[in-house]
Amino acid sequence: MKNLWILINKYNAFFLFVGFFGFAFYLVIRNNTFQRASAVNSSNHFIGATYAKINAWKSYLNLSQENALLAEENAMLRKQLQYFIAPDSVESDLVIDSARDVQYHYIVAKVTNNSIHQKNNYITLDKGKKHGIQKGMGVISASGIVGIVLNVSDHFSTVQSLLHSESRISASLEDSQAFGSLVWGDSYDARMATLKDIPNHVKVRKGESVYTSGFSLFPPGIPVGKVIETGNSGGDSFLNIKIELSTQFHNLQQVYIVEDLFAEEKADLEAQNDDNG
Amino acid sequence: MAKLLSYNIVRFIALVILQVFLFKNIGYYNLATPFPYILIILLLPVGIPNFILYFLAFVTGITIDAFYDTLGVNAAACVALAWGRIMFLRITLQTDHYENYMTPSWGTVPFRWYFLYVFVLTLFHHAVLFMMETFTFHQFHYTIIRILLSCIFTVITILLFSLLFYRKKQR
Repeated sequence: MKNLWILINKYNAFFLFVGFFGFAFYLVIRNNTFQRASAVNSSNHFIGATYAKINAWKSYLNLSQENALLAEENAMLRKQLQYFIAPDSVESDLVIDSARDVQYHYIVAKVTNNSIHQKNNYITLDKGKKHGIQKGMGVISASGIVGIVLNVSDHFSTVQSLLHSESRISASLEDSQAFGSLVWGDSYDARMATLKDIPNHVKVRKGESVYTSGFSLFPPGIPVGKVIETGNSGGDSFLNIKIELSTQFHNLQQVYIVEDLFAEEKADLEAQNDDNG
Repeated sequence: MAKLLSYNIVRFIALVILQVFLFKNIGYYNLATPFPYILIILLLPVGIPNFILYFLAFVTGITIDAFYDTLGVNAAACVALAWGRIMFLRITLQTDHYENYMTPSWGTVPFRWYFLYVFVLTLFHHAVLFMMETFTFHQFHYTIIRILLSCIFTVITILLFSLLFYRKKQR
C-alpha cells in the first residue's frame, strides 16, 4: 500500500493528468448527447447578459453603415416619389424588318446600380414590370451585349451581367460563322471573356470580330468583342478563344432591353421537338 | 508573491475576454482560428505544484468552453497542455529553476527556448483540441490542416503578445 502511494506520488503529473483529462472527456461525451441540457452554455443567464451588453456596444460600430443604408433607402423612396409627381413616359424604339413582322422591340433604360469586381455581378435598371420588362429578356448597350434580366419589380429590374459565373451566351465568329458559348466564369477581368465549344478545325484569326448568333435572346449581329488569343491547344477537340469584350462595363449608363416578340412562338415550336422524340 | 498572484489573475481575465469577444470572431475560414488564451497556462510560474496547475488549466478550459458552447473540449485540451508543460519543463530545465517562482516569459528566458516552448505546447494543445472537437477520423487530413494552420496563427499571436509585454529582467 505504501509502495503504491509512493508510486502515485512520484508520477503524480501523469495520474493527475489522467484524472482531470478523464473528467473533461466525460464532460465532452455527456455534452454531445445532451448538449442543450448542459448547465454551462450561452443560455446561461450571466453569459447571455454579457453577450447582450457586448452586442449593444457592437451596434454602435455599425452606425455609419446603418446610416448609409437609410440614406440609400431615402434616395430610392425619393426616386419612386418622382414617378407619382411627374408622369413618366417610356422611350422605346421599334426596329422594322420589312421582310418579316417586327421581331425585336427595344426599351431604353438607365443603369442605376452596377458592379464589375465581384465573381457574380449584377446590374440594376430603372425600368420594371410597369414598362413591360419581363424575366429572361436580353439587355444590350450601344457597344455590345450586357446581360439577361433576372428579376423584375414594378419599377426596377435586376440584370445578371455577362460578368457572372453562370452567364452563357451564344456567339459566333465573323469569318467562319461557327458558333459557341461565351462565358466569363474563368476570367476575373471585366474586359475579357472566353468563347468555348468552337470545334478545333475552325480557323480563327486574331482580331476577328465576334457577334451574337441569334440563337439566344439577343438579335443576331450584335457585336460582342474581338479575338485576342486563338487558344489553339493541342489535343483538345474544342478551342478556348479569348475575347476582348466590346462592352464598357465600367461606365455603363444607358442600355436597351430587347423584347423578342416571337420568343414564345419559338419556344413553343421547339418544345414540340421534344414531344415527338 | 502577491504581485505574482495579481499578475496572473489580471492576465486570466484579460485573455479570457480577448479570446471570447475578439479572437472568437477572427479566423481564416474554418481552417485557422487563434487560441491565444493558452498563454494563461503557459505563463504560470515554473515552480507551481502540479495539482494547482491542473486545476487552473481545467478552470481556464471550462471558462472558454462556457463561451464557446463546447463543454469539456477546451478543458480537455488545457489539461493535456498542462501535462505537456510539466513534461517539457522536466526535460529542458534544471531542478534549481523550480525553487524560484519564475514566470517563463520572453524577458526571463532565452528566445529560442521560449519559442520552442510556445510552439511545441501550442501544437500539442491544438492537436488535442481539434481531435476532441471533430471526434472522428473521417477526413483526417482536413483536421491536420486545421491543427497546423491554427497552430501557426496562435503562435504568431502569442509572440506578438509577448513582444507587447516584453520586459528585460536581470537573471
